[in-house]
Amino acid sequence: MDRNYIPVLFLLGIAVLTAVAIIGLSHLVMRSRPTPVKQQPYESGMPPLGDARERFSIKFYMVAMLFIVFDIETVFMIPWAAYYRQLSCAVPLVGGACPAGQISFFGLGEMLVFMAILLAGFVYVWKKGALQWD
Amino acid sequence: MIFDLANPSQLMQALGPDLLLIVGAIVLMLWAAWRPESDEHQRAVGRASLALVAATIAMTLWYSTRGMSSNVGVIAVDNFRWATDLICLLGAFGAIALGMEYNVRERILPAESHVLVLFATAGMMILAAARDLMIVFLGIELMSVAIYVLVGLNRRSPKAAEGSLKYFLLGAFATAFLLYGIALIYGSTGSTNLTEIGQRVVAGNFVAHPMMLAGTGLLLVGFGFKVAAAPFHMWAPDVYEGAPTPITAFMATAVKAAAFATFLRVWLEALPGMGDAWFTPIWWLAAVAMFVGNTVALSQRNLKRLLAYSSIAHSGYLLVAVATGTLGGSAAFLFYLVAYTLASYGAFAVVIAVGREGDANNDLSDYEGLWHVRPGLAIAMAVFMLSLMGFPIFGGIGFFGKWYLLMAAIEAPRPLTTLAVVLVLTSVVSAGYYLNVVRVMFMKARPDGAADPERTGSLTRGVVYATAVAILVLGLVPSRVIGWSRAGVPRAPQIQAASVDAPR
Repeated sequence: MDRNYIPVLFLLGIAVLTAVAIIGLSHLVMRSRPTPVKQQPYESGMPPLGDARERFSIKFYMVAMLFIVFDIETVFMIPWAAYYRQLSCAVPLVGGACPAGQISFFGLGEMLVFMAILLAGFVYVWKKGALQWD
Repeated sequence: MIFDLANPSQLMQALGPDLLLIVGAIVLMLWAAWRPESDEHQRAVGRASLALVAATIAMTLWYSTRGMSSNVGVIAVDNFRWATDLICLLGAFGAIALGMEYNVRERILPAESHVLVLFATAGMMILAAARDLMIVFLGIELMSVAIYVLVGLNRRSPKAAEGSLKYFLLGAFATAFLLYGIALIYGSTGSTNLTEIGQRVVAGNFVAHPMMLAGTGLLLVGFGFKVAAAPFHMWAPDVYEGAPTPITAFMATAVKAAAFATFLRVWLEALPGMGDAWFTPIWWLAAVAMFVGNTVALSQRNLKRLLAYSSIAHSGYLLVAVATGTLGGSAAFLFYLVAYTLASYGAFAVVIAVGREGDANNDLSDYEGLWHVRPGLAIAMAVFMLSLMGFPIFGGIGFFGKWYLLMAAIEAPRPLTTLAVVLVLTSVVSAGYYLNVVRVMFMKARPDGAADPERTGSLTRGVVYATAVAILVLGLVPSRVIGWSRAGVPRAPQIQAASVDAPR
């Protein structure tokens, strides 16, 4: 097998060992004096009220969904930014720089198209009233 | 013209019809949101969508007459792509035309229903063009995500919600299979480009390579799900029944055509060197799909479910073309797809015409004595049933479709004689339910107290009669479609010596 994967294997082993050690050691060392208050689920220090499985208003899902969509779309800009120097050069880079006269607007244009599509989606969502709370 | 796909502006030109449809669909999406939901607005957006599809069809036809090709790259520029595009675009045209009237009857107000059909069609066109497994994945996702929403369009119907969720979950599952298969094939050949995979598989003798075998198998499962071939068909009847009928017609024809076209291209361009490995599984897949589809359809009472099982059987017939692995097989495939698309669209249009609000009146008993109250619809439905069955003359082009499929199967380098026999025998079984529909319409009396079907809208009527006439006329003069499908086989790209590097 490929030797490059050995560090990954080490990391996996360390992760498993740490997890086992934390749980195992606390079982060995702890003194068990349960009280009803201690046995309750932890909810930011307040006494828990009712069941956690409630029905939430659909509005929350809407916001969550929109957040995920637009958040992920902005994540796509990071690889573009990392590669931008090459994308705006018509020929392969020479020593990390673009030879004179070979600058192209391809990279910028691609991102503008991407942003335009993103914007169209945003305008659609806005116009549909999905951003209004009531 | 030979496109250089490494050049961005030439790549854009090679994607001309696809870009026209996508940009148009985005504009229509904004227009759909601009006004409050109403029947008028839905129909207006529908008309604009029809115009956009017609413009895209014109542009595709223009491209297809220019004899264009390309070098090795992410997309294909050949007649197979244009042929698949045209079938999918005609499917979209029908779905929007039927939807404009169906949505009014079922009180489906969102104008986005037509725009989503356009987006799904854009995904299909990308699929038809894909010559890279990543583009295949992109196209499948773009198509499927739009279809998941379209299936659940009717929010008042619990069946639609069930169908939508089922399709979404199983579709996501199938996509995972497909993606894993793509990853394994990339892992063993070092490329996602179909042409390069094809060369490396032959050069590197990958036939017994376990990673490549697993990748091919996973790809087969993924495509099997998407084209609803038994044993991966479990979702199809429920989804087809729950979806709005125009969308069911769209799924049974255009979605299937696009998924099958990619399937065929991947198999013919990337995996011919794996023939020994995939021949037997595809053989069995075709046989099982034909057998299961046709026998289970015999016991169906709901027309939409009956047509769903019929479409599973037709997946089996089309898989016979894939199993040949030849260009003759892919010509027969395109010809069959035309025949099947016309007949299925017509049949679903009749289901819409006979149906009532709430997606009611889809039972076989509602068709009893249809001849006495709506003779035109009954005759058209008889033509569609006979065409799906492959009956000569009255079944029009459907007969020639089966004929060329059988010819391709027998002339294949590995003769598929047994499979051809299975095809004929299961077609005989299919007469049991196709002819039963005809019998019910013509030979039974109209039950007492059965209400007459509502007046059929002009667009629905147009789809019914246009498809029926097309089936009969093309059945009399099939030579043009034959020439068209022979010219439409996938063509290998212009290979430059530099692009062929040694397998890793």
